[in-house]
Amino acid sequence: MTVAAPVTEAPKAPRFRPGDILKQRELGIVLALLALVAFTAINQPRFLSSQSVRDILLNTAILAVVAAGMAVVVITRHIDLSVGSVLGLSAFTVATVMQHNQGLPMVAAIGLGLAIGAVAGVVNGALVHFGNVPALVVTLGTMYAYRGITYSWAGGQQVTADEVPRHFLRFANADLLGVPWLVLIALVVIAGVGLMMRNYRIGRELYAMGSSPQAAGLAGIGIARNTLVAFVISGSLAGLGGVLYASRFGTVDASSGNGYELQVVAAVVVGGVAVFGGSGTIWGAGLGALLLTVIGSALAVLDINQFWQQAIVGALIVLAIGADRLVAVRIARSLRKRDSHV
Amino acid sequence: MSELRGRLASWDSVIILITVAVLAGASIGVENFGNSTNFTFLILDLLPIALIALPMTMIVITGEIDLSVASTLGLTSAIMGDLWNRGLTIETIIPLCVLIGALLGAVNGVLITRLGLPSLAVTIGTLALYRGLAFVVLGDAAVADFPWTFTGWVTGTIGGGPIPNVLILLVVLAVIFGVVLHATPFGRSLFAIGANDQAARFSGIDVARTKFWLYVVSGAIAGLAGVLWTLRYSSARADNGAGLELAVVAAVLLGGVSIFGGRGSLWGVLSGVLLLAVLQNALRLQDVSGQALNIVTGLLLIASVLLPNIIAGVRNSLHRRRLRAVPAKSL
Repeated sequence: MTVAAPVTEAPKAPRFRPGDILKQRELGIVLALLALVAFTAINQPRFLSSQSVRDILLNTAILAVVAAGMAVVVITRHIDLSVGSVLGLSAFTVATVMQHNQGLPMVAAIGLGLAIGAVAGVVNGALVHFGNVPALVVTLGTMYAYRGITYSWAGGQQVTADEVPRHFLRFANADLLGVPWLVLIALVVIAGVGLMMRNYRIGRELYAMGSSPQAAGLAGIGIARNTLVAFVISGSLAGLGGVLYASRFGTVDASSGNGYELQVVAAVVVGGVAVFGGSGTIWGAGLGALLLTVIGSALAVLDINQFWQQAIVGALIVLAIGADRLVAVRIARSLRKRDSHV
Repeated sequence: MSELRGRLASWDSVIILITVAVLAGASIGVENFGNSTNFTFLILDLLPIALIALPMTMIVITGEIDLSVASTLGLTSAIMGDLWNRGLTIETIIPLCVLIGALLGAVNGVLITRLGLPSLAVTIGTLALYRGLAFVVLGDAAVADFPWTFTGWVTGTIGGGPIPNVLILLVVLAVIFGVVLHATPFGRSLFAIGANDQAARFSGIDVARTKFWLYVVSGAIAGLAGVLWTLRYSSARADNGAGLELAVVAAVLLGGVSIFGGRGSLWGVLSGVLLLAVLQNALRLQDVSGQALNIVTGLLLIASVLLPNIIAGVRNSLHRRRLRAVPAKSL
């Protein structure tokens, strides 16, 4: 896994107190989520049927894995628009390899997906840092390029579910003690990346870079290495997302994951990660992914026009950044007030 | 002389030269590229990108971005179909659609300038919102029975020759935008805002109001592009123009506009649009699939931002070496 670079010296981790929960930014999402689930379940009890819950969790898992990587990049004050293309490239490559090597174990597939994503991430990170070009532009370019590579290789072909080995497909639905593998992987990723960002030096440095790139540079933080690390994490997790996608849906073609980056950015922003970097949490991004998925299935269950979903997602993004701005203005004001007493 | 050299070395003249070279190469080397039907299609294909790129150039020069343009195009297209189904005349629908586009732009403008939200985030949000609303309006239906007088005008050419009617519209708008950007105090103020918006504010420029109107214009042009798109394909659909925002941004950056603001020119951008369109067209004539062409778009985009940086870096180090070579006394 790509989590947890070796620690040289762990700074004091923020200690967790139960009272802090009330101050958490993510509280809003949790409440919205609970309200949405309660409302939907009351109106349509089959929403909480085990099959429906399972579908929601499986769909959330893929989105959350990619969103965790995106959150790292956004916290560092960059953005990675290439994740949808990386997911597609990884999904098609892994599915093709599995098609030709039926005996290959699942671990190899996951390793391959991670490796493809990591390479894509290194390219992104190197272009951003050494080319001195904003991530928005670089990843917009590589989004086209990676997608183009998949298309020129795959053309109109697709790998269908009956061509890939059974165990590869079964993986998405198999569970360990009742918890699907996909969900377990998502939980491990969120916990791992979250721990890295919260408790390890590299994570704190990424936050520092997001808060003020200049100050971080002056403080002696290795900007080059850290930028690469952030993009490699994002790329690898998008690659992992591709493996999970191929395993869950079985049928993969060159357009798989087209436009996925938008959903991922939405999950991250709705999950309380500030677009200007420096704040937000990985588990917030995971919650954002869950909220988006739940909205989707709630609309379906409540028989509301599915077409509303995207409009709601858009409205949510605007609301989330608006709320974020409000909080930031408030904090700035209270800080100024406190300073005036000194 | 030194001014001329500076101009020659600037990215937008480089891109114009490349565009001319590619045009010449394609007309000689690619079969059917030079034929007049292909020319008409080339112009029709680049029209929406070129139109939307005009206000986008101004927005990026002020250091902002508008990613919602393609969704605005889609939403106006969907509304156009809906209004036509309701029996309005096309003469009322067209100005109404441009107006709706302007309103959608105004929503972006208010969120960005009044609430002080980052334009990237706002327009990613409205990108999803407007596209979603387009589907709410029209679902996955298509409205196709627009009157031939209008659809025929959009796809038609002047006197049946190779020059499409819509090129006149594009030229007129491009001249207006070019004059405003490069020959008016308002245009200068956009560069000032992009270079340093605080300094611009202190020198008496109403930054918020300027940006607000840029978004309104951007929305209106996207609405117009939605109308033309719908008439060209005789099809109002909610997913019209999906993904077009990226092509526009790619063309603008390719045309030498700095993503940090403060630098760029309209002719650079128009040749960026032309370069993208010619490359895509020429490669497609040689049976390269449309989707694989994305590699070219992506690489061009990255090169267009990398190369100026590399050139600047080399020039800086040369400059520094020359300074060191000069004995201190002669300074």
